[in-house]
Amino acid sequence: MTTEPQIRKLKVAWFSFSCCEDNVIVFSELLNDHWLEWKKLIEITNARVLRTKNVMEDFDIAFIEGAIASPKHVEKLTEVRKLANKLVAVGACACTGMPSAQRNYFNVEQKANIQPLVDKFGSLPKVLKVSEVVKVDAEVPGCPMDPSDFVTKATALILARRAELAKEIGISA
Amino acid sequence: MHQVDDITIDQLTKIEGDCSLNVKVVDGKAEKVEFALVESKRFYTEAMKGKPIAAIPQLLARICGTCSNAHIMADLEACESALGITPSKQTMLLRNLTMYGLNIRDHALHLYLFVLPDAYKKDSFLDFDENIPEEHNILHDAFDIKAVGNFLSILIAGRSVHAPYPTIGGFIHFPDKAGIEEAKKKLEEIRPAVLRTIELFKNIPWKFDRQASFMALVPERYGFLTGCIRTSENECIEEKDFRSHLEHVVVPYSQASAYKYAGKSYMVGSLARMNLAKDNLNERTKKTLGDTLNLFPSTNVYMNNLAQAIEILHSVDESLDILNQNEFKPEPVIKAPFRDAVGIGVIEAPRGTLYHKIVLGADGIVKEGEIIVPTGQNQINIETDIGVLVNDLLEKKTSKDEIKFEIEKLIRAYDPCISCASHFLTLNWEE
Repeated sequence: MTTEPQIRKLKVAWFSFSCCEDNVIVFSELLNDHWLEWKKLIEITNARVLRTKNVMEDFDIAFIEGAIASPKHVEKLTEVRKLANKLVAVGACACTGMPSAQRNYFNVEQKANIQPLVDKFGSLPKVLKVSEVVKVDAEVPGCPMDPSDFVTKATALILARRAELAKEIGISA
Repeated sequence: MHQVDDITIDQLTKIEGDCSLNVKVVDGKAEKVEFALVESKRFYTEAMKGKPIAAIPQLLARICGTCSNAHIMADLEACESALGITPSKQTMLLRNLTMYGLNIRDHALHLYLFVLPDAYKKDSFLDFDENIPEEHNILHDAFDIKAVGNFLSILIAGRSVHAPYPTIGGFIHFPDKAGIEEAKKKLEEIRPAVLRTIELFKNIPWKFDRQASFMALVPERYGFLTGCIRTSENECIEEKDFRSHLEHVVVPYSQASAYKYAGKSYMVGSLARMNLAKDNLNERTKKTLGDTLNLFPSTNVYMNNLAQAIEILHSVDESLDILNQNEFKPEPVIKAPFRDAVGIGVIEAPRGTLYHKIVLGADGIVKEGEIIVPTGQNQINIETDIGVLVNDLLEKKTSKDEIKFEIEKLIRAYDPCISCASHFLTLNWEE
């Protein structure tokens, strides 16, 4: 007797860069209603706020919140992009840079006031949105993100990826 | 020979925000603990300069997602004190409900998603197995309690993160009867889960004693918005005098600031509040908990977890009282002319005393401001305690991995919020 191959659980990650981490809080509230269903389809393999042993290996979907403010951020985001099948910018800071990028718009006096700290910590001269650094496959805008928009887009991505995997192993999704 | 060299944790996990930790070990002793807040600054105190006062509460909410509604409450108080506005009784009730919704959601998030995996030796709360009855109950209690806090926040304040309804002078939206009835039902139904949470944390035998001063805003009824600032020495400091009572200490390796009070470090947060004000808890909460409250005052830092669980019950019971005893009607937002003034707002955020100050011009434009967050105040204690903890573990020949686990466990008991702590401009930087 043979067992029909199963679609594996999707590997999902959540990375927070320069931001207030409001979206991961909204995400943690979505878990209240959805986790027991989602866990049948996905595993969260990297999310600093949720686990200690975080894995930097291939991800089916990587969610990115926050703007990109330092060379280290650029390096990390670039690495995530290489590992991620789909990369989703979540929330206003990731999608537009703002409000984390507010120092880009400071006047001369404000810029002079903060410059010692920008220099000391080796921050980028200008804070960037995610799409200025890597290719973005989908965006969930908002400050914070709209929970239902997130669920709709995340579900679509999960189903599309499952269909791809099903095709790879020759079964129906 | 057992030898542990320097201990570095590049990224502390299961806390709010991003930070690292370095412990320098020389001859088997922790010599220097650097609790370094490495998250990029977003310069909110600089950004508020030159903005209209009406924009400030929502701007400053963006300092931190999980504490956002606390920042809004502190800043509304600062703005209203600058403008000379006294909020209505109904506004204060709605703001208290906003704080109760926040505390239910935020404490449950901390206790279940950050702390509990350590007690069960799991890497993540998401690794709890719903097929094991005990873990099934824990999963459901966590999600159910968080959901009630979330519901209350949405009903009263419009959202549990960056709430849109509270504004300078009042609220722009009021809860409807159907929503209030649903909230009452949900709050009453969640009490057994909250009581299980209290039992769960009461029975976790972790211990780390520290002699500290405690500080918290203490209202007549245990709460988060009013009262004077009490200390372990039984002082009562008016909100306007808070800043001058704190000695600002620049921590050179960090992007955040740390504070001392009267030359000593002190602790803020749920444990401080419970130690200083447990007698003011809701009557039903006190009656239900009975002898459990005799565990306070406590010098065990881990009792901050139990104090948070008790604050969830208090927030549920107070919310029920407020919703049962009051009717909410639309009322106009109180307005006042702009003036040259300084406004102070001090509240108890879930993690401790939060201070906002704004300097307003007669044109309604904010000239400058200052923010002191709970984690900045607790930082010195956290560092000192890690040093003591590591030395104790080194003496017991504990492995490096186990030391790292214990360090993170202790830091989590303080429930630091790095998103808040890292964003305040300190220009008198020590080179």
